[in-house]
Amino acid sequence: MLATIAQSLLAEGEHVVDSVGEGGHEALEAASWILQQGWLMPLVPAVSFFAILFFGKRLPRQGAEIGLAAVGFTFLWAVLSAFEWIGGSAVVERSTTWFSNGRFDIDVGIHVDGLTVMMFVVVTTVSALVHVYSLEYLRGDQRFTYYYAALSLFTASMLNLVVADNLLQLIVGWELVGVCSFMLIGHWWEEKPNSDAALKAFLTTRVGDVGLMLGAITLFFAVGTFNIEAINQAALSDGIRHGLLLTAACLLLLGVAGKSAQFPLHIWLPDAMAGPTPVSALIHAATMVVAGVYLVARTYGVFFEGFSIDSGGINLLALTGGVTLFIAAALAFVQHDIKKVLAYSTVSQLGYMIAALGVGAWTAAVFHLFTHAFFKALLFLGAGSVSHAAHHTFDMREMGGLRKYMPRTFWTFIIGTVALAGIPPLAGFWSKDEILLGAKEGDFGTILILGSIGAFMTACYMGRTVFLTFFGEYRGHGTPHESPGLITVPLMILAVPSLLIGLINAPGIEKFNDWVAFHVPDVTFHLEHHDFDPGLALISTVIAVFGFAVATWVYYWQKAPKGLLERQPVRAVHTFLEQKYYLDHIAVSGIAAGTAGPIARGTYWINQHVIDGIVNGVGVATNRFLAPFTYDVLDQELVDGMYDDIAGATSAVGGLLRKAQSGLIQRYALVLFAAVGAGGAALAYLT
Amino acid sequence: MGPQNVAFGIIAAAMIVGAIRVVTTKVVVHAALYLVVVLAGAAGLYVLLAAEFVAWAQVLIYVGAILVLLLFGIMLTRAPLHPSSELDNDQRWPALVVSLGIAGLLIAMLADAFQDDKVRITNATGTGEIADSIFNQFVVPFEVVSILLLGALVGAVVLARRDD
Amino acid sequence: MYLNQYLFLAAVLFCIGVYGVLSRRHAVLVLMSVEIMLNAVNINLIAFSVHIQEVSGQVFALFVITVAAAEVGVGLAIVILIYRNLASPYLDQVDSLKG
Repeated sequence: MLATIAQSLLAEGEHVVDSVGEGGHEALEAASWILQQGWLMPLVPAVSFFAILFFGKRLPRQGAEIGLAAVGFTFLWAVLSAFEWIGGSAVVERSTTWFSNGRFDIDVGIHVDGLTVMMFVVVTTVSALVHVYSLEYLRGDQRFTYYYAALSLFTASMLNLVVADNLLQLIVGWELVGVCSFMLIGHWWEEKPNSDAALKAFLTTRVGDVGLMLGAITLFFAVGTFNIEAINQAALSDGIRHGLLLTAACLLLLGVAGKSAQFPLHIWLPDAMAGPTPVSALIHAATMVVAGVYLVARTYGVFFEGFSIDSGGINLLALTGGVTLFIAAALAFVQHDIKKVLAYSTVSQLGYMIAALGVGAWTAAVFHLFTHAFFKALLFLGAGSVSHAAHHTFDMREMGGLRKYMPRTFWTFIIGTVALAGIPPLAGFWSKDEILLGAKEGDFGTILILGSIGAFMTACYMGRTVFLTFFGEYRGHGTPHESPGLITVPLMILAVPSLLIGLINAPGIEKFNDWVAFHVPDVTFHLEHHDFDPGLALISTVIAVFGFAVATWVYYWQKAPKGLLERQPVRAVHTFLEQKYYLDHIAVSGIAAGTAGPIARGTYWINQHVIDGIVNGVGVATNRFLAPFTYDVLDQELVDGMYDDIAGATSAVGGLLRKAQSGLIQRYALVLFAAVGAGGAALAYLT
Repeated sequence: MGPQNVAFGIIAAAMIVGAIRVVTTKVVVHAALYLVVVLAGAAGLYVLLAAEFVAWAQVLIYVGAILVLLLFGIMLTRAPLHPSSELDNDQRWPALVVSLGIAGLLIAMLADAFQDDKVRITNATGTGEIADSIFNQFVVPFEVVSILLLGALVGAVVLARRDD
Repeated sequence: MYLNQYLFLAAVLFCIGVYGVLSRRHAVLVLMSVEIMLNAVNINLIAFSVHIQEVSGQVFALFVITVAAAEVGVGLAIVILIYRNLASPYLDQVDSLKG
């Protein structure tokens, strides 16, 4: 089976769609050979996974070499693919039938276009840097080899997810990254909180996956195939009934909410920080959590038509994103753990992306995904570096003043923060600004307001984090020191795109719009690209700066009113936030304990009194009434009478038949001859 | 109507009358004598059919030995020598029906099967011919019949002896 | 001479013999009726033997005669036994196998 797939994929030019890209591609180009071999991207890390498992322990670096080689290859291939795509190439769609059921086929294939290439670059870059970072961060770890194996498997699964051309293959990748996330979060499973967190992550995303699979099945029955391009075509050309589209979109949204940590399934992401920091950087900042956003972007036709996004007003997608971005930002204020701050920040930024998709700003959302991957990974790796120095604690209360000891970490962290807050000309500004622009132009007023408030809060809590960690006096034990090169070099590498990459889509350049666009063949569908609005840009910058100012005032200059936190209603709000809106309480005490406590007791009471009462009553009734009746009437008279009658009848018949046994030979002989005569006559008559 | 047919007619009539008398007479000894008529008639028929040896054996064995045996039996069982009305049992009439039925069946079938076939007697069957047949083809049945006779002899003796 | 005349004769004799077997009470008379039946069969055999000019029919008839002799011998021994036990030669009194 694998051989036939390999054969068909190696054959050049099969099922390649010749289509024109948007904007700058005038000529009808054939698909580039590099892009056609996109199936190599998931394959190489998958092979590396098995290789590390089998050989890793014997190698001098315990398998890390294989992982680094594999991810290095994929990184180079991704860069090559990017160059090929930018240079002009047709979209590659290749597939082969893996399994045919007579009624439907299950295909395996690749679909390489701008979005895919962008994801390639993101995933491989961050993965490669994480591989390098982990060499130092997990030095001497007892499960070093398995860690690298899991990293390889994760990379392979994520690449499979982004290169898939049909929903089934995408779901396979989706589930596999969930499994890898489980494995990696629970890497130090000897401590119960870690394994609990891993389980929570897996189960929460599983809840979402129900919606995902039901949505995929709905679309299959609506369109007749799992192929994403076909689904988009059908959705955008009125080939699917609107009710069905809406149902499918809502179901898929459930899966997205699980995987991309949208309200109310966001609860797993902060707990997932129990895993090693490089894992958090790779999986829970840059790649896995954006799988949901990617799914929406990929099947945007379904969502656009299903939620009627072009008609303005609020829709479920925008609402989910807007709510998420707001509540997560609020929660980031009350965290003491630096990773948890970043986790809530991630949830909030994912909310931005989903909200952007909800307002029709497709390119803005994808661009934000792109930029966010770099600076969030940078921030997480920076947090890891900080912890490495501060004796493996993440509690900001035990940090402080670290900028004196860790200059490289400090400066890269600052760059990441500024990018996140959205100050121009750094990356985050351009992408976040486009989202707000899309909200404004599409008359999504609520989203605009929420987004702006969220921007303020982002700047504020990041400022808080920076001040608590790097400024003031060091509150921990011992003397912190700068981290070794293997940790700081990835930080510096990531700082570069955080600074500059936003310029790709700056007004006047806007290359990103050309390279990554939502395009469905044979369907006229055009998403608005709005012109740069300097007024809005200025306002959003001012908001961000204001956020930093407030943070400085409260946390650096300590100018906040004393005892503010103790006073009501601030105290109540603070507690509410600290308890994470009591969502976990609802889950644990409400649902679980409610079932264990009152419901269980009630059920027991019913069992003892009602059910047992019925059983006992039936027993007594049987004894007193039913049994005598059965014996006297049914048994003695009916049944015995019947038997007596049968016996009597048999006896009578026997008496009759006995007369044939006369004992007289001549009688027997008579019968014999008569029979012979009759038989003979019959035979003679018949023949 | 050749002389053979006439002879046949006479013998046949005698045989049938004799047989009917065997099964209907009220005197047991008379039955035995009528049986002689039947047996002798059979021998005559065999002569008509030019089966000399069989005719001779018929007379010798049947009339000579078996009939005597039957007379001994009559004697030893104290059969009534006078006419007795107790010689027929209750199922006379059903027996008559059955026998007539079988007769009719047989005659009908035979008439249908051998409508106008003639018996052509080319030469008399000599004893030598029969002897050849017995001792060439049927030697095993011959020996077996010898043993059968021996068995019958011994059996009869054993059955009939007194136990004291 | 038609074949059928012999065969009819044999058939009639056979049926008379059947009547005798079924209706006679005295054991010896039953034996006599059996002899009539056997003779009828013999006539059949000889007639066919001459008709198809095979001598095996006559040989078979000889064997029939022989076996008949044996059978009468044993049969009479039994009759004597019955008479000895029941003091009566009448067959309808032999009914100890009555059910």
